[in-house]
Amino acid sequence: MAKAELKSDTKTEIEDSSSLKGTLVSVFFVGFFIVVLWVGVYFLYLDRF
Amino acid sequence: MHMHKFEKIWLIFGVTALLVFLSVLGVSAFYLGNQPPSCLAVVDPTKVDEHETFKEPGLKKVEGKDWDYELVFVAQAFAYTPGTVEVPLGAKVKVIATSKDVIHGFGVAGTNINMMVEPGYISEIVTTFDKAGEYLVLCNEYCGSGHHLMTSMIKVVE
Amino acid sequence: MLKSSLNIKVDRRDAKLVMAHFYVAFIALLVGGLAGLLQVLVRSGKFELPAGIGYYQILTVHGVVLGLVLTTFFIMGFQLAAVSKTAGTFTNKQRTIGWIGFWIMTIGTVAAAVMILLNEASVLYTFYAPLQAHFVFYLGLTLVVVGSWAVGTTIILKYAEWRRANPGQPSPLLTFMALVNTMMWTVATIGVAATVLIQLLPWSLGLVETVNVGVSRTLFWYFGHPLVYFWLLPAYMAWYVMIPKIIGGKIFSDSLARMSFILFLLFSIPVGFHHQLLEPGIDPAWKFLQVVLTFLVVIPSLMTAFSLFATFESYGRSQGATGLFGWLKKLPWKDARFTVPFIGMLAFIPAGAGGIVNASHQMNQVVHNTVWVTGHFHLTVATAVVLTFFGVSFWLVPHLTGRKLTKKMNKLALIQGYLWAIGMTFMSGAMHAAGLLGAPRRSSFSEYGGAAQAAEWIPYQIAQAVGGSILFIAIILMLYIFVNLAFFAPKGEEEFPVGEAANQTEKAPMVFENWKLWLGITVLLILFAYTIPFIDLIKNAPPGAQGYKLW
Repeated sequence: MAKAELKSDTKTEIEDSSSLKGTLVSVFFVGFFIVVLWVGVYFLYLDRF
Repeated sequence: MHMHKFEKIWLIFGVTALLVFLSVLGVSAFYLGNQPPSCLAVVDPTKVDEHETFKEPGLKKVEGKDWDYELVFVAQAFAYTPGTVEVPLGAKVKVIATSKDVIHGFGVAGTNINMMVEPGYISEIVTTFDKAGEYLVLCNEYCGSGHHLMTSMIKVVE
Repeated sequence: MLKSSLNIKVDRRDAKLVMAHFYVAFIALLVGGLAGLLQVLVRSGKFELPAGIGYYQILTVHGVVLGLVLTTFFIMGFQLAAVSKTAGTFTNKQRTIGWIGFWIMTIGTVAAAVMILLNEASVLYTFYAPLQAHFVFYLGLTLVVVGSWAVGTTIILKYAEWRRANPGQPSPLLTFMALVNTMMWTVATIGVAATVLIQLLPWSLGLVETVNVGVSRTLFWYFGHPLVYFWLLPAYMAWYVMIPKIIGGKIFSDSLARMSFILFLLFSIPVGFHHQLLEPGIDPAWKFLQVVLTFLVVIPSLMTAFSLFATFESYGRSQGATGLFGWLKKLPWKDARFTVPFIGMLAFIPAGAGGIVNASHQMNQVVHNTVWVTGHFHLTVATAVVLTFFGVSFWLVPHLTGRKLTKKMNKLALIQGYLWAIGMTFMSGAMHAAGLLGAPRRSSFSEYGGAAQAAEWIPYQIAQAVGGSILFIAIILMLYIFVNLAFFAPKGEEEFPVGEAANQTEKAPMVFENWKLWLGITVLLILFAYTIPFIDLIKNAPPGAQGYKLW
């Protein structure tokens, strides 16, 4: 896991991507949930007649 | 308008996932024929009993079609006809239903057989009964005070 | 210049108009919540309604009063407050139109409610023909819609006035959002107004014998899906603009927030077929087309998820948070104005994921009209939206009444939010699970002739009753808090939080204010998605259906 130690020198830019790492991981958790639920119900659909 | 790099990554991922979902659904529906029930045929709701298909509800063997049997249900408040029916295991069946009065929801618990039944319209779905067991047919669209008492039973037997 | 119209406090006269809406909304919460409690108890199989009251009558009360009355009144009030705060006090003329709208809506609500209580309209809140309610019920619903148009006019007039006074400037974000939602609502309600006025009202009066069921359902769902976005967008207003200010942070991006609202305007309406996937009379290719459009409306919600997390993380890091998730600890968890809506945001994750499943064409066969769907919209509207509305009430009600949210009330508000989360986890979770097993929605307790499958559903129904009872306690607590904030809390000043964008130099593109363009595309998309299947429904219509009163 990346740590935030490497902050200060890039601080001047707004586009400091390290500062939104938690956001990226969080939204991908949401995306993962969406995919798992969808695939789960799709297999239920395939399994049933 | 400025968008953060991570947001672009997220949206590309999200849109791709949605496209994959749509492709799977589209291929299944248009290529393999797994469309939701969408029959475009109509019937006079006051003359259901005289209609060729609906005058004798129940299971019928048919020849020369893509399916082996036709299973016909007539829905009315608050009952299905037939009230119970046996289907041979592995039979490919076209389930056909209509309503004599209000809207009903023809749902067979534990299966993908689930379609709205509306007065004036014929609803159809083709499926292969490939698992033995007793399947409860119920009404899943509100139709009046006895809605929850409206049932039938499909027994898939060897 | 930009700030010139921003009121520190909502004008007292506007506040009265807003509070009038809130009184109706919270009375609806009491009535509808009580109906909900009775339903879960009946469905547990352990309780029967006292003689004379039908399950479906109670269910109609629950749906109409919470789905239509609570939401519409709260939203109209909230949007009036947001516009009055950010675009300036209403003129007397604008406010009068608002009051006229309020009274028309209220009269309509009372008329419909009386018919339901007289058992003349146990048709549920979707009132599908050919179940036929008393004509006064349809008339009442018409008045609610017409009244909402009048209140919407107040917002549109204020917006137009602001734009005239500030040429070349993007409108205040909250006003912009309220306007988008008002326009979406106006375009969408044309559908329900058409089916009620042209089809159902003459039919229930006996002027015509029969009704075209397919057309009526299609017009209803043309309205029915944007209806749920009409509920959601005010919650998004709070999430995008107010929550950042409450936590002490900034709006992630003003422009992206506007863009997501424009996308909602475009794609919320031409998608009603995903509620009609399993019905005859509509060609499957047109259903699939609307499924594709439905998936497009997911995108602005994906953008919203990112913006919210980014707002939280940026704030946390500005407070010195480190690590991947250290920012979570910096959020003001003890502040109910933040935490209660936050629970709503969390609920929207499974809610949205479930919604994608529902809209997935043939996969709808697995879940359609099962209690899974009930579980789904109790996460969307009855958690994400409603908890956000509660969270808004905690500061907006005292702001309008010149009172303060005390520490004690804040604590009760937090408990209310936690109770909701617990109760809804039980109730909605059990609904989702039972739905996958085939248990139907909108059904009284039944053993279905002793069927083995139906017996499996009963434990889930008991779990729903437990969850529903906890939710009812939370509702009582909320009503106590509302009454306190409206009448008894100590006098003082409560802030109306309006966030500022993180990047103040970035001006929102003026193209977002080009309503000829956006309404034009909206209409084109609607015509594209609906024209041919709608003509089919009329041209190939079966003989019409006569009315039935089966309750």
